[in-house]
Amino acid sequence: MPLISLGIPDLMLAASLLLVNGAISLALALRLERPLAVAAVRMVVQLAIVGLVLERIFALGSPWLTLGVALAMALFAGQEIMARQERRLAGPWTYGLGTAPMVFAATLVLILALSTAVRPDPWWDPRYAIPMLGMILGNAMSGVSLALNALTVAAWRERAAVEARLALGAGRWEAMRTLHRQALRTGLMPIINAMAATGLVSLPGMMTGQILAGVAPAEAVRYQILIMFLIAGATGLAVLAATLAAVARLTDSRHRLRLDRLAPPRG
Amino acid sequence: MLTVSGLHSAILKPASFTVGAGECVAVRGPSGGGKSALLRAVADLDPGRGDVRLNGVAREAMPAPQWRRRVVYVAAESGWWADRVGDHMADPAAAVRLAAALGLPADCPDWPVARLSTGERQRLALVRALVLRPPVLLLDEPTGPLDAGSTTLVEECLRAELARGAAVLLVTHDPAQAERLAVRTLYVEAGRVVADGEVRPCR
Repeated sequence: MPLISLGIPDLMLAASLLLVNGAISLALALRLERPLAVAAVRMVVQLAIVGLVLERIFALGSPWLTLGVALAMALFAGQEIMARQERRLAGPWTYGLGTAPMVFAATLVLILALSTAVRPDPWWDPRYAIPMLGMILGNAMSGVSLALNALTVAAWRERAAVEARLALGAGRWEAMRTLHRQALRTGLMPIINAMAATGLVSLPGMMTGQILAGVAPAEAVRYQILIMFLIAGATGLAVLAATLAAVARLTDSRHRLRLDRLAPPRG
Repeated sequence: MLTVSGLHSAILKPASFTVGAGECVAVRGPSGGGKSALLRAVADLDPGRGDVRLNGVAREAMPAPQWRRRVVYVAAESGWWADRVGDHMADPAAAVRLAAALGLPADCPDWPVARLSTGERQRLALVRALVLRPPVLLLDEPTGPLDAGSTTLVEECLRAELARGAAVLLVTHDPAQAERLAVRTLYVEAGRVVADGEVRPCR
């Protein structure tokens, strides 16, 4: 089945739907027309740029350029983790504790998939590596930012309970165990929910895209299953590594709770 | 028994004092002056410098959790990490005996923490520290929110601990309580710890 190509008039027609939204906003005085317009323009510009950049990268087929793009994506994801923390660790720690495990887990899982299941030629072919990395990083980023936020917020709120355990002679890992477990659950819940609901409630975007592009549904489903496993694996690894490092940073070698290492809350 | 020399932290100016076996030393001073900071620094819960020894053994010579099982800090506001009272007790049988001495019924280990009154929390926090039978107790206002009857029971219990040879550092706002229990008083103000001479012999 050939791909039905979309022209500019097709997009303009779809964009006219936003005028309906804008009209509703004006009629009901929701004051959403400006944010709506700004968001729509941003979306179009950002995606247009990404389309051009990806086209160049695919055409050039340079491993160094591919690596550079992958790194840039990872650093943006790390920034996003930082931005989502209510109580972050002082100094560069939140950025480092969030980004390093995420990059490590995503790289590991991606290389595993590219060298075994998918096997493009060359193995780093940007047409495969970059979209897959994007999906893995995006999910690992959500998991890590949720888990780190849950951990630091709980450490602050539950400090009396943690210190009570420390004061009675518990080690730092024992004293932080409940909090750590909660943070892990918080970080992994989205991917667990996504796996459980996939196909019943939502048709995943990648699979839908492949089907629209003419891929047989059975084939698209196999890709989606692979991606879900990669995402789950990477998120699990990244969340575990990030929370272990964060527990270590929130405590010290004399088994003290070091809330002084949290930056002041943001006003 | 407990010897502290030159202990200082972000809040505390260098402090030196000793508490002998079976001795209670009161810690007094204005709120926010550093009384809790002193106890926390001795328990090694806050980073601090200086030499702190138990029977001549420096705390750095052992892992911090081992130190804190011997030099147990009981905070003014207790923290609880499980839903049931009994899950906080290292030795449930001993806990029931100690709780009875503090006027709490035998089924108190089964109580949910969420339903404890302030006074019950305070006494049970003391119980869970006492079941460890530590050589040193660092008590931060253990009778602060208690009525007169419960205060008397806690003081009797502390006398029993002193009789078995425990050393007690007791933060209290009540000069009469210091008078009843302590042999000496440390005054803490603006992070400075000043030893006050002998008050009277123990007990």
